Amino acid sequence: MSVTFRPSDEVDFLVIGAGAAGGVMAKELSTVGFRVVVLEQGPYLTEKDYRHDEIRYTYQPGLTNDPKVQPITHRKSESEQAKPIKAVEYGRQVGGGSVHFTANYWRFHESDFEERSLFGDVPGADLADWPIKYSDLEPYYTKAEYDLGISGLGGANPFEGPRSKPYPLPPMPVKSSGVLFDRAAKKLGLHPYPAPVAILSQAYQGRSACVHCGFCESFGCEMRAKSSTLVSVIPTAEKTGRCEIRPNSYVRKIESDAHGRATGAVYFDASRREIFQRAKAVMLCANGAETARLLLLSKSKRFPDGLANSSGLVGKYLMWDNGGFASGLFEHPLNEYKGIQVTRVLHDYYRADPKRGFYGGGGLDARFDYYPASFALHGMPPDTPKWGAEYKKMLGTYFTHTMGVLAHTSSLPQLRSSISLDPDVKDTWGLPAMRVTYDYHPDDIATMKWMLTKQVEILEAAGAKKIWTSSFALEDNMPSRHLMGTCRMGNDPKQSVVDRYNRTHDVPNLWIADGSSFVTAGRQQPTATIQALAYRAADFAAKAAKGGMKA
Amino acid sequence: MESTRRLWLSQCIGMAALAEVAAAQQHAHEAVQSAGPPPFQTLDPATALEIDAIVSQIIPSTDGPGAHEAGVIYFIDRALSTFDKDLRDAYRTGIGEVEQKRKEMFPGSASVATLGNEQQIQLIHAMEHTDFFELLRTHTMYGFLGNPSYGGNRDRIGWKLIGFDDRMAYQPPFGYYDAPGGDR
Repeated sequence: MSVTFRPSDEVDFLVIGAGAAGGVMAKELSTVGFRVVVLEQGPYLTEKDYRHDEIRYTYQPGLTNDPKVQPITHRKSESEQAKPIKAVEYGRQVGGGSVHFTANYWRFHESDFEERSLFGDVPGADLADWPIKYSDLEPYYTKAEYDLGISGLGGANPFEGPRSKPYPLPPMPVKSSGVLFDRAAKKLGLHPYPAPVAILSQAYQGRSACVHCGFCESFGCEMRAKSSTLVSVIPTAEKTGRCEIRPNSYVRKIESDAHGRATGAVYFDASRREIFQRAKAVMLCANGAETARLLLLSKSKRFPDGLANSSGLVGKYLMWDNGGFASGLFEHPLNEYKGIQVTRVLHDYYRADPKRGFYGGGGLDARFDYYPASFALHGMPPDTPKWGAEYKKMLGTYFTHTMGVLAHTSSLPQLRSSISLDPDVKDTWGLPAMRVTYDYHPDDIATMKWMLTKQVEILEAAGAKKIWTSSFALEDNMPSRHLMGTCRMGNDPKQSVVDRYNRTHDVPNLWIADGSSFVTAGRQQPTATIQALAYRAADFAAKAAKGGMKA
Repeated sequence: MESTRRLWLSQCIGMAALAEVAAAQQHAHEAVQSAGPPPFQTLDPATALEIDAIVSQIIPSTDGPGAHEAGVIYFIDRALSTFDKDLRDAYRTGIGEVEQKRKEMFPGSASVATLGNEQQIQLIHAMEHTDFFELLRTHTMYGFLGNPSYGGNRDRIGWKLIGFDDRMAYQPPFGYYDAPGGDR
């Protein structure tokens, strides 16, 4: 049923990036009758290509961007010389990050869309309200949950906004970490609830339920039980006979005409030949880092500072993957390597509260996200030997008796945090490398430290025999895996890149839907919001293309 | 379960997307096919003995098999022949520095491999904060606890030590605390 278009065919929509957002776009636009080409820089893999192989997926880039091919540089401020390091990480295959993510699926709270009004100004940051509210996005969160297949218990999180429907699937079975976390949190008067996850607890839409193999985070699901776009919406798009997924296609420029409209994109195919694909409209879904880089690469006479960049804000307000980890050792085996990573969450500390003396908050989850070798390298307490007989003896018990409580914390938008083009370093195609300028806001660090005390409190209440911690801020957490900001959404074209419908202010037939349009970072776990925005943007783009909306 | 996994693995091996991984697996396959200890592709035998002596102190063979028995040195050779080719210089330089340190600490000694146990431990303490040691430690853990198809973790020695039983599916209860009556 799959279709092949010629580059000279002017398709209705060209989608750049086949990830969490691009996969949704492909399905939404093709099923209502449009002809769609999706360009994906990575390969088209399936569940048969994936393996339980830690060497390939945690030691080597595996399913993510490879800095040997596409170098990235990082600096903390503009006064520094940026140095090569894998500062950001994203999924690089059909399905994008939805293939290898841990599959946590949190909706943003109502307060996330209006934190500037609720909390006020934060010195040194650029906190702003979103131009949309939770109620604008709610129908699309629900649509995503049903379309993709999300397991959870609706109404169990007392801090979540109102939902129009429960989850389509019941929660996953609780693990030992979830039982201990649940019991301890309730003892402290908190409100733990079953984790909402993009993993099937029961058979759904022709896919089988999860078999609890434990290889979710960083791995592709061999059972098609993780609800990536690869196994859910992308097959639906291809079945329409109107959507072509074109892998190994690395876009170097979005072209535009003298009228300021996008006309298609130039990409390198697998043999590094340059090809121009024509299209009536372009949907940019290349993730919160690559989307900004591609706009900056798409300079023209009419758009000398990059496409859709009249505000000068493309690439600005990059937000980071903040949090911290606390681990606890318990008397009996937990065997946390079995089953999905996270089965319990709590949002009691989510909302920012001026009484804390700083902006910020976070969500907590009970988890174990180590595999054998990564646990041996990074999961043991810092005050124990790193090698030798004693270390070996400890490994024998710690791997099966340890669990973690992870904090997912706020990240303030700051004008000085950005994605830009490196003036010196090039990728292996000869394009300017991505340069990341990022450093924490002091309130981000204060939040991480404060949350860590809450994580320790829960592990203590759970009866841990030994507790150890690490705060991301103290270790310059890199790579950041939650790529947010860089093409801010807003009503004012001078203060933002896309409008309230995810359409760029400057180019009427160019839309951006991925983490880049986020105005604030919520409390991490951006995938549900990325996908809800993609469903909503597709809805409006389809209306615009059919003439129901000025385009 | 075991035979299912093997079948599944054999199906997957042919489909590896990365040429490097395919090469590593071919190397592993040849090593397994040949009688006796597999030959090294990148390391010379003398250097291999020195590295084996160090990694055998990182995970020693006390109270059961360690890095030596798990064949970590064969994993390292495979890594340096395939996906970690870029690290050959780091090994060359690193081993050179280790030998220098050994000569300073134990004048008249011939090699790390022929030092006594206590002397080897002293030598590693003297180098444990170097980048090269961190690289060796990283390779040791992946060689001891990674997928056996890369030449290390022989007979799943590493997985047996830590209690990881590597199956394709589990059913709850997974641990003590989520089991009925298990404190729940």
